Parts: sequence; C-alpha cells; structure tokens
Amino acid sequence: MRREIPLLITFIIGTALVMAMFIPHKPFPQLDSEFSIWFDIIAVFAFILGGGNLLRVHVDRITRNHEDKNYSYVTIIGFLFMLIIGLFKVGGDPGLTGNYIAEGTWFKVMYDAVFTPLSSTMFSLLAFFVASASYRAFRAKTPEATVLLIAAFIILVGRTPLGHYLTFWLPDWLSFFHIPNLSAWIMATPNLAGQRAIMIGIALGIVSTSLKLILGIERSYLGSEK
Amino acid sequence: MANKETNFVDRMQKLDRRVIFVLIWLAVVIPMLMKLEFPVRPSPVVEGIFDKVESLPSGSIVLMSFDYGPATVPENEPMGDALLYHCMLKNHKVYIMALWPTGEAEANRAIERVITNKFLDKRYGKDYIQLGFKAGNQGLINAIYSDLKGMYTTDAAGVDINTFAMMKDVNKLTDFDIILGVCSGRPGLKEWVQFAGDRGNIPVAGGVTAVEAPLLYPYYPSQLLGLMGGLQGAAELQAALGNKYPEYTEYVKASAGSVNAVRNMGPQTIAHLVIIFFVVIGNIGFFIQQRRKKQERVGL
Repeated sequence: MRREIPLLITFIIGTALVMAMFIPHKPFPQLDSEFSIWFDIIAVFAFILGGGNLLRVHVDRITRNHEDKNYSYVTIIGFLFMLIIGLFKVGGDPGLTGNYIAEGTWFKVMYDAVFTPLSSTMFSLLAFFVASASYRAFRAKTPEATVLLIAAFIILVGRTPLGHYLTFWLPDWLSFFHIPNLSAWIMATPNLAGQRAIMIGIALGIVSTSLKLILGIERSYLGSEK
Repeated sequence: MANKETNFVDRMQKLDRRVIFVLIWLAVVIPMLMKLEFPVRPSPVVEGIFDKVESLPSGSIVLMSFDYGPATVPENEPMGDALLYHCMLKNHKVYIMALWPTGEAEANRAIERVITNKFLDKRYGKDYIQLGFKAGNQGLINAIYSDLKGMYTTDAAGVDINTFAMMKDVNKLTDFDIILGVCSGRPGLKEWVQFAGDRGNIPVAGGVTAVEAPLLYPYYPSQLLGLMGGLQGAAELQAALGNKYPEYTEYVKASAGSVNAVRNMGPQTIAHLVIIFFVVIGNIGFFIQQRRKKQERVGL
C-alpha cells in the first residue's frame, strides 16, 4: 500500500489536470484551481525540508571534523540567525501576519546590509571569469567555432550603444549589416530556430515523462522498494 | 626577431588571468568614475512594451511581478523602476507580487524609489498594492489564474485583502489588462507566458537578465509583446520613456544606485570592448602558433 496510494494520487491528480486543460466545464476548472492551491501549500513545506537538509549536511560536516567545517559554522549560524529574526519579526510587528521585511525589522537590515551586497558581489565576479574564459577558450579552431565567434562579436557589440555608432553611416540598402540589426537578426532567427527546436524537444520529453508518471510506469520518485 | 615574436606570442597565450581581471576592473571603474554615457536608441522589441503600457486606457489593471534577487539588481532594478514609473504616469492600477522570496524586498525598494518619492498623490490600496511573495512557482500562477483571493487573503503587510478598494473588481488573472514581469530566472517571464498569458489570452511583457534573453525570443512577438534583455534592454526602455516624458530622464539622473541603466551602459560597453580585445589577441596568438607548428612540420 505504501506504493499503491501515491501511485493512485498521481494518477487521479495528473489525469484531472490534463482534462482540466481541455474541458473548461465543471468540475474540471475548480479541480485545477484546488489542486494548484494544494500544490502551493505543499511547496511551503519544501522550505522546511530544504532547511532541514541544509542543517543535516552541515552538522554532519562539523561532527566529522571536515576540513571545511568552519564554513559550515558560518552557514548554520547565518541560517539560524535569519530564521529566528524572520520568524519572530525582531524589530517589527511581532504578530503572526506581520511583515517580516517591513522597515525597521532586523531581517530587513540584514537583507539590505549583508545579503544584497554579498549576492551582488558573487554575481559581479562572473564578469571577470567570463573575460578570462573567453580569452582562453574562444578560438576559431573549426568553421563552426568561427561562426560562433563572429556571432558572439556581433552580439557583444550590438548589445551596446557602440554597435549603432560603428555602422550608422551605412546606406539604407545595406541596413541589414547595421550591427544592431545584425544582432537583432541573430537573436530573432538562428537563435530562435535553435531555441524552438530545443524547447519542442524538451516539451516532448516532458509529455512522455509525465505520461509515464501518471500511468505508474516511472516510479523512481517513490524511492527504493525497501 | 622571430624569437622575440615567438616569446611575445607565448607570453600572451600564458597571460596571467589576474592581468585580465585588473583590466576588466579598470574597464568598469574608469567609465563609472568619468560618468561615460552613450546615447541609447530603443529597439522595436523594447518599444513594444512602451507602446502597450502607453496605449492602455488610464486606470487599466496591471499586474507586476518582481521575480529576481539582489544578485541581478543592476539589470533588473532599472527595468522594474521604469515600468512602475510608466504605469504610475498613466494612472494605471498596479498590483505587485513576487514568485521569488527575494522579489518582495526588491518590489518594496521599487515602491519606495518610484511611488513614495515621486508620485506623492498615489495611495496604497487605491492606486497600487503590494501582494508580496507566495511559494509555489508556476503552481502559484496556476492557482491565481482562477482565484487570486484564494491565495492572497492578505496583502504583504498582513491586512485583509478585501479591505482594499482596488481589490473589489479583481478576482482572477484574466481580470488584468497586462502582466509585466521583471525576472531573472525560473520561475519568471517564461512561466508567466506559459501559465497565464497563453492560457488566458492576457498580454505579457517584461524584462530578463541578458543571459536569459535568448531563451525568451521564441515567444516574441506573438506571446510576448516586448522583451527587455539585460541592462541594454532596461536602458532602451528608459530612453523610450525619456523621449516621451523628459521629466523621467531628470528623475533617473537624480536617482542614486543602479537605477540609471543608460549611464551604466558606459562601463558595460567598455567591458565588452575589453573582452573583444582579449578574444582577438587570443585568436591572433592561436593562429601564429598554428602557423609556427605548420612551418616546423614542413621543416622536418
């Protein structure tokens, strides 16, 4: 029964949601809405699972005296601190429905003064690594790599105001070669064709996997038999 | 001479990455300090957003979703501010929400910068409302598609949703005239198109980070009215808005932080040029090495 009940729930909800898409009459739209709200409620519990898992991994590292255990201390302290000041709305309205991120709360201060600059710094580092990686790896070794390189040049210049100033003097009949136009063409034609092909492939994969899940053929999400 | 050339090429091929890091840093910092600015021209893909918001009748119902975090603020913040400013100028009713936990705080900042500072006559609950973040990703979109108040029983501050005048006529996503997303990943604009726009025939437009923009092009223009891609997209919307409303340009110039996308395009342009320079240098070195190897083979 441990496996049959989840399989039955998956079958009923999966079938109902597929039917709701094609039958816009009672009770299917209501079922769709209800199931979506249930999903959102379950999604909230994913945060508890995520937090629990984070704690488990890092406590395990500390107890095993892992060489990076100091990072785990920082993670656990940071996690628990933010959790407590957020849950109890320290510095703000402590009511159940009070806003944890309202002006004056400790959570808001930590968000603005610590989380925001740290996140921005991490993301900004990408620029340095992209530049270094481009220098080392972007080589016109094959015809395909050369096409990629030329496209990258056009996009890099076309996505800046410089693209316009480099080729604005071109006559109208050569306007296609105006860098912003070329850049737009690359995005809207070859890129679009490639993206659509990938998306259609992914969609077909999702359809087949979903059918396997609904029909109980794919059961790996249930875990092992033991 | 040949040896010197060989040594130089070899040295360049083994260039310490810290040199590249320093040059990229200078390429960003110097234009920033010099306030280097290039005029930006709106492209048709961004003009689509401006034209739609502009053409909506005054008092239209607009849903704005802030689906990003602090990491992508330099790209997303100017987009959100420009869209919010435009909606306020046109007297649209703006309903603000977030699919990302960090989106609510970013939306609060946008409200503070744009509405609280600039549109002093706008009233909370009458002209705009902050619904806040709810978990569920695309599941949330699916749920509010048919029952918005079922999910949002209170606003972000915990006040009963039914006490706000602007919530009286809004029950589901199809009640909105347009959905504007400011996004940087998943869930984001793609999910708004797939789970709301397509399904309910609701116009969707918005902006995403530069790395995500190519993934959204398949939806433009039939499923996505317009798309801002990265800082350049944000700068283009600011330019379009500034062309029509010069006071907006003044507001942006007076704003602190990363709100001024047109100005921030200066450092980005120079950084792009430095990257191109390195790629060209790297390829020249590669071809010289290839030629040398070929000559060595012929010599043998």
